[in-house]
Amino acid sequence: MSDYMSEESDGEYYYDDDEVMGSDRAEDEDTEESEGEEADYGSMEMSVTALSKPKKKVYEVDYECLATSDIDKSMAKEAELLCSMLGVDISTSYQLLRFMNWNKEKLIDKFMEDPDAVKEKAGIADTPPKFTLPSVAPPPAPAPAPVASSSSSNSRRTTRSSNKTAAPPPPVVDEGWSCPICCCEPEPPTGVMALECNHAFCTDCWQTYLTGKIREEGEHSIRCMESGCNDLVSDTVILGTVPDAPKEGSVVLDDETKDKFKELLVRFFVQCNSALRFCPAPGCDYTVQCAAASTKSSLETTVPTVRCTNGHSFCFGCGEEGDHRPLICTIAKLWLKKCQDDSETANWIKTNTKECPKCHSTIEKNGGCNHMTCKKCKNEFCWVCMGPWSEHGNAWYSCNRYEEKEGVDARDAQSKSRASLERYLHYYNRWANHEQSARLSLDLYAKTEKKMQEMQETSELTWIQVQFAKKAVDEVIKCRMTLKWTYAMGYYLEKSNQKELFEDNQRDLEKAVEALSELLERPIEPETVASLRQQITDKTVYVLKRNEVMLEDTANGFLEGRWAWNTSISPFIE
Amino acid sequence: MAMMSTKRLQKELAELNGVKGTPPTGISLLSADNLASWRLELQVLGESLYQGETFAVEFRFGSRYPIESPAVVFVVNDKYKAPVHPHVYSNGLICASILGNEWSPVLSVSAVCLTLQSMLASCKEKKLPDGNDAFVKTAPLDPKKVRFVYDDDTV
Repeated sequence: MSDYMSEESDGEYYYDDDEVMGSDRAEDEDTEESEGEEADYGSMEMSVTALSKPKKKVYEVDYECLATSDIDKSMAKEAELLCSMLGVDISTSYQLLRFMNWNKEKLIDKFMEDPDAVKEKAGIADTPPKFTLPSVAPPPAPAPAPVASSSSSNSRRTTRSSNKTAAPPPPVVDEGWSCPICCCEPEPPTGVMALECNHAFCTDCWQTYLTGKIREEGEHSIRCMESGCNDLVSDTVILGTVPDAPKEGSVVLDDETKDKFKELLVRFFVQCNSALRFCPAPGCDYTVQCAAASTKSSLETTVPTVRCTNGHSFCFGCGEEGDHRPLICTIAKLWLKKCQDDSETANWIKTNTKECPKCHSTIEKNGGCNHMTCKKCKNEFCWVCMGPWSEHGNAWYSCNRYEEKEGVDARDAQSKSRASLERYLHYYNRWANHEQSARLSLDLYAKTEKKMQEMQETSELTWIQVQFAKKAVDEVIKCRMTLKWTYAMGYYLEKSNQKELFEDNQRDLEKAVEALSELLERPIEPETVASLRQQITDKTVYVLKRNEVMLEDTANGFLEGRWAWNTSISPFIE
Repeated sequence: MAMMSTKRLQKELAELNGVKGTPPTGISLLSADNLASWRLELQVLGESLYQGETFAVEFRFGSRYPIESPAVVFVVNDKYKAPVHPHVYSNGLICASILGNEWSPVLSVSAVCLTLQSMLASCKEKKLPDGNDAFVKTAPLDPKKVRFVYDDDTV
């Protein structure tokens, strides 16, 4: 199995990330509980070995499901690492990483080249304000009384010492200062705040602005309110974690907004990391980490079906819910799109139209007699037998000439030209049939539940002993999913010996599944229940095997490049 | 919230009326009967392609003004036409970044008008935007519902 993971040499920096992240997590857990480290380590190893199945099948991938707190830890780890490497504080580190879309290598490169340029572009101004004040002003008296900075020519601007780690003291504003946005006149220093850029606004405006940006626009990098000002509002301001912040003069956002902001940070981090993907199920906040499927090229040969801790299964490659094995993402997508666009149309065309025997234009007969005149080529023919109208003589409105040679030829030609439509519908109908069955799975479970109850009441079987029925249903549903996608795959497979082998496997699986389904429908009779149980159990094992064969063979085929497609698929260029 | 926009708009109105301070040249208030929608007359000063022409702009303010940008369009009726300009559609909709992603709560009605004046003044060729006809046919009446792409910063 691991042989095709190590094949991925084009993983670029993602792989490093993953390794770091993976090991980080382990370290985190170690450091969290400092006592009993050895025992802890031991149990960790145990759980790891228990998690990774002893034999991984060729159609399975290694992955890990992470909770939001795990992602937080990964982010913190990366940010802390950058802190020490670049000599910046933690909040700056976070902001720089976000600015570079969490591309650590790129950030380090650029930062080593010109730290100030990077900081400026990112909107992080931890350098003193550009306009210098008469002196590195002694911090204004903390007294609530307004301090008129009459000495400053920049009366509108604010003064404060710029210390990147300490809390920014409230800006000093003139008496009679009014907020340039809402025109209120707050009592300084209460209710006035400025970023490093010294653009002062009242805290009410800041609050409204930040809340709007976070809640309405979903922004995680928010700039100063001044027109054209590039300064970022730091995370500590938004989350209200400015060290030693004075109660007055600082922004207080409600908890819901703060949570939303934290969520935005996590979402952005996951978005930036190709080895991570959110569970697509609504309301689920687990993230799956799957390094083996983090590159586009890996998806040419792997179908990374994963399952989050809440039990939602989805494809890591394309985010499609459910399991589209054995078909790879790009072709599965192609098929879904085709079905969305074509299947209804194709069905309608098939049932409601015929083709002109001469020019093959599609014609819908929406009234009138059987004497058809093709609008396009003016060919006259009979709608019933498709033969030329000239041979109908005087039998104008009834066609009794079905067996005439001309008519037979015309119909033959017609079916030939419709072969591709028929072919598509062949695969589509089977695909849709399994889809339909899967949709009815809830019913099937309910029915089986009842039967299991019945068995317990009418026979000697215990609760444990009747579980075989549920297991059989599980397997049927799983196999129908596989079968469904084999029909999509079959549609695109080029005719070859390989395809014949593929179809043999498909047929065996389908036959086995149908047989098992049939057994499950049988009525329960006390005399035969024991043998039925045996039959179903055996069949379940057989079906499970057939499914494995199907998945294994297709997966190997992808790895060996055995599958040839009948359509030009340029799936890896988007 | 409402308080925020009220106080701010009253102050802006006083400036534009000339009650407090002087309104910018080339800009005069046509109507401002309430604090939801104003109309202003706008002329381009100095030498330009639009010399002698007079336009009207309509501002509509939401309750979140000035945190959110106002909706600004050129008035098109019997009396006024929209200027022929590569960033102004013939239905009056304006493609300007400061009305979209570069809006700042510090900007005001007069600041927007000044920007529009300079946008017109720097225009080198009177021409409609690409795809004007197609856009005008389908465009929503509310400019805030249009996703503009700001790709040309020359005019």
